[in-house]
Amino acid sequence: MSTTDKNPGSAGGDRASGPSHGGPDDEYTPAQLAAMDRTELDRLGARYDGVEVLHVEPGPVPGSALEKQATRQVTMWFALAGVFAVAFLVVYAGSGWFLPDWEWEVGAAPWSALFTPLLGLAMGLSLLCIGIGLVQYVKKLLPHETAVQDKHDGSHFDRVTTGATLMSGLDKSGLPRRKLLLGTIGGMGVAFGAMLIAPLGGLIKNPNTGNPLGTTSWAEGVRLLRDDGTPIRPGDQQPGSLETVFPAVAGGNFQADAATMLIRLRPEQQLSEEPREGQADFSYGDYVAYSKICTHAGCPVGLYEQETGRILCPCHQSQFLVTQGAKPVFGPATRPLPQLPITVDDEGYFVARSDYIEAVGPTYWNRERI
Amino acid sequence: MATTTAAPGAPTTKIGQAALEVDDRLIVAGPLRRTLNKVFPDHWSFLLGEIALYAFMILLVSGTYLTFFYDASMEEVVYEGVYAPLRGVEMSAAYESTLGLSFDVRGGLLIRQIHHWAALLFVAAIVIHLIRIFFTGAFRRPRETNWLIGVVLLVLALLMGVTGYSLPDDLLSGTGLRIISAIILSLPVIGTWAHWAVFNGDYVGTEIIGRFYIAHVLIIPAILLALIAAHLLILVKQKHTQFPGAGRTEHNVVGNRLFPTFAGKATALLFIVFGLCAALGGLVQINPIWLWGPYNPAQVSAGSQPDWYIGFLDGSTRLFPAWDINLPGDYTIPALFWPTVVGAGLMFTVLALYPMIERKLTGDTASHHLLQRPRDVPVRTAVGAMALTFYVVLWISGGNDVIADKFDISLNAMTWFGRIGCLVLPPFAYWMTYRLCLGLQRHDREVLEHGIETGVIRRLPSGEFIEVHQPLGPVDEHGHGQLAYGGASVPKKMNQVGGARRAIKGFFKPIEEPAEVQRQAELEARGLEAEQSDRQTISSGRPSEGGRPSEGGRPQAPRD
Repeated sequence: MSTTDKNPGSAGGDRASGPSHGGPDDEYTPAQLAAMDRTELDRLGARYDGVEVLHVEPGPVPGSALEKQATRQVTMWFALAGVFAVAFLVVYAGSGWFLPDWEWEVGAAPWSALFTPLLGLAMGLSLLCIGIGLVQYVKKLLPHETAVQDKHDGSHFDRVTTGATLMSGLDKSGLPRRKLLLGTIGGMGVAFGAMLIAPLGGLIKNPNTGNPLGTTSWAEGVRLLRDDGTPIRPGDQQPGSLETVFPAVAGGNFQADAATMLIRLRPEQQLSEEPREGQADFSYGDYVAYSKICTHAGCPVGLYEQETGRILCPCHQSQFLVTQGAKPVFGPATRPLPQLPITVDDEGYFVARSDYIEAVGPTYWNRERI
Repeated sequence: MATTTAAPGAPTTKIGQAALEVDDRLIVAGPLRRTLNKVFPDHWSFLLGEIALYAFMILLVSGTYLTFFYDASMEEVVYEGVYAPLRGVEMSAAYESTLGLSFDVRGGLLIRQIHHWAALLFVAAIVIHLIRIFFTGAFRRPRETNWLIGVVLLVLALLMGVTGYSLPDDLLSGTGLRIISAIILSLPVIGTWAHWAVFNGDYVGTEIIGRFYIAHVLIIPAILLALIAAHLLILVKQKHTQFPGAGRTEHNVVGNRLFPTFAGKATALLFIVFGLCAALGGLVQINPIWLWGPYNPAQVSAGSQPDWYIGFLDGSTRLFPAWDINLPGDYTIPALFWPTVVGAGLMFTVLALYPMIERKLTGDTASHHLLQRPRDVPVRTAVGAMALTFYVVLWISGGNDVIADKFDISLNAMTWFGRIGCLVLPPFAYWMTYRLCLGLQRHDREVLEHGIETGVIRRLPSGEFIEVHQPLGPVDEHGHGQLAYGGASVPKKMNQVGGARRAIKGFFKPIEEPAEVQRQAELEARGLEAEQSDRQTISSGRPSEGGRPSEGGRPQAPRD
């Protein structure tokens, strides 16, 4: 103990340290340790930790050309790191002060486009220089030491004594004998665990109330609107073209399941058209309307190749044939895109005749039942 | 080291006194010395896991910075920031705040891009680390627990990635979110209920970004941190594995002590990893969300790709045939369920259980601390190559539309390549790897038996030409080497056994005396001989110890 006891007896304890735990302090007196030099003490401690230093390849001889060169290199890397760190600070704080503004705008000065790259370059180079400098330090200036450390398996003594301590505690508790108490604790544990996770029940909601998966905002007489909110007449589209339309309800163009593709078939496509059974009258003249939500994973099927009449989903490459009721002809999709029955209202604008007659979007477990 | 100086009387230096004060209170000298003396094997492949650890540290720091500016809300707002092309556009507050931290926060874009690059590097480092562990057999008893933790860490890293890149709520991440929604819906029986629990209703609702946010910044990182701590503690407790080599046994670790050599190298690696992420974050644009635009369920971009580590799932989903299973009672198991939930679930389950499977099949239940060279375990190596080939085919198929577009190949042909390739190529990879392993094994044995090819051709008196071989050790009367294969790399070139002198140091002009180098080499050779003849006489080699027999060789009987 190095501290001096100024008030003997105040703690009521003995000033001598307790019996030793067989540590090295018994084996090595302070005087013995004081007689050893630093290297010897280092090795002694290492041996005590099961580490032997087998071989040391010394670093460069102090004062040699090799050492001077290595020191110069390491110094240079660390100096460069500092320079780049300062460069980062200058770019970061100086932009908008004595350097041009950093905020990017269309047609703004090139400095704003260089701001982030310069920051990254300066920061990256600074950090890399520190890293390279450290590697050079370890490789060129430190002695290369080969050490070996023993690996110990588990100790039989530890296992036996620890096991005995655990089991004697269990014996003292008497739980193996007190069967009723043990059973009650088990039952209590299950109930207690269930109580702790029960509040997660707040997450559960019934997906079947109101059939939200099977219905959309489309209904009889709802107009087909473009993204900008304008209605569409039959003469507005060129043959072979596609327009994404939304129901004329509030927020219709942000609804996740209402997006619909209004396609005007080319005359020869119309001639070869084979609509799905019972859906022949869903089209209006040479116009057909299909759900834009892929029946595979729900992505918008965006790419229409009018030459072949195929619609491609860019997510997983399912392909649908518009002339055959948008049935899947390639890729992982299993069902055709649902068709929206359309007609024209009194003012000559496209309207839906009803909602989709089946659920739009990806397949799920009980889709056929609702 | 001041903390281990225990001279009679107080330490003389200020720092020594301070250290004594600290140790009087905390008693840390012993544990600290044990830590500083811990020996780490010196091989580059042991640094791969460290890269993952450092990437995670970068992620924690940069991610915390991003939370100062990000708003995880799906409330619709109108953008009025500095990025002119999107001014006046309706978008979610999440997207608006991400634009804000990219354009209106000084240095925000740099940190956001560092975060994204570090995330890509994090998963990549985990995967490469896992591959190293697999092919060298480092997962064998007693390290199965750490393998399991590692696989869980990988899965959590993927979840971190998915929840993270969904947060900006841009058009690309929204498309990904839509697919996640469809995958949850595809679960048999509970699909719609699970979807309603996760999204709080029908897709897309107003809750999901907030829920992903708390999962991304609190729940998953907390589990990751705890598991990383467990991973490292078990590693320290069990000590490292090492490749077989001179003096290396099942009961020791040969390498560098933590202090100062290993600590220096590890810190250097931290700075290099951080530096690379910073340079990438500044110089290489990643996920420019302002170009994608805000999410709208009716819009999509061609060539929508997830981050690289989800690519294999995208690929499996693209390749799986259109097979809905219709059950009696009008119930359906959607085709989407198989390549995503079942496929990924199976892949990670088999991966996690691999140590147990191998133990069962080989009957090898012994503890192993020495690593295996992949060629010495041809079946495992071939199985690994097979799994990697399967993964790579899926991964390539995740970008088959981009490949089809850039190389002008039919998209349908790319899909069929993937469908057939993921079934045919893995067995082929197995066969090829197995043959390669056997070939490499045979070459090792051949060099051990006949020696290294020197390239020197000699003509015998009989007129026959032979190539002179350099034996690696003592030979029998037929000239055959008697060294057994020890599981370590066998030298196969003369330079590896000292056929050439060490290069003279100096870049522009030599800074060493060639004669001095030669003398040193001879000294070293003598030293090696001495080392082999008597371990006791090893000196540290320092001139100051001048040939005095060192006391550092072996543990000695305690003096009294």
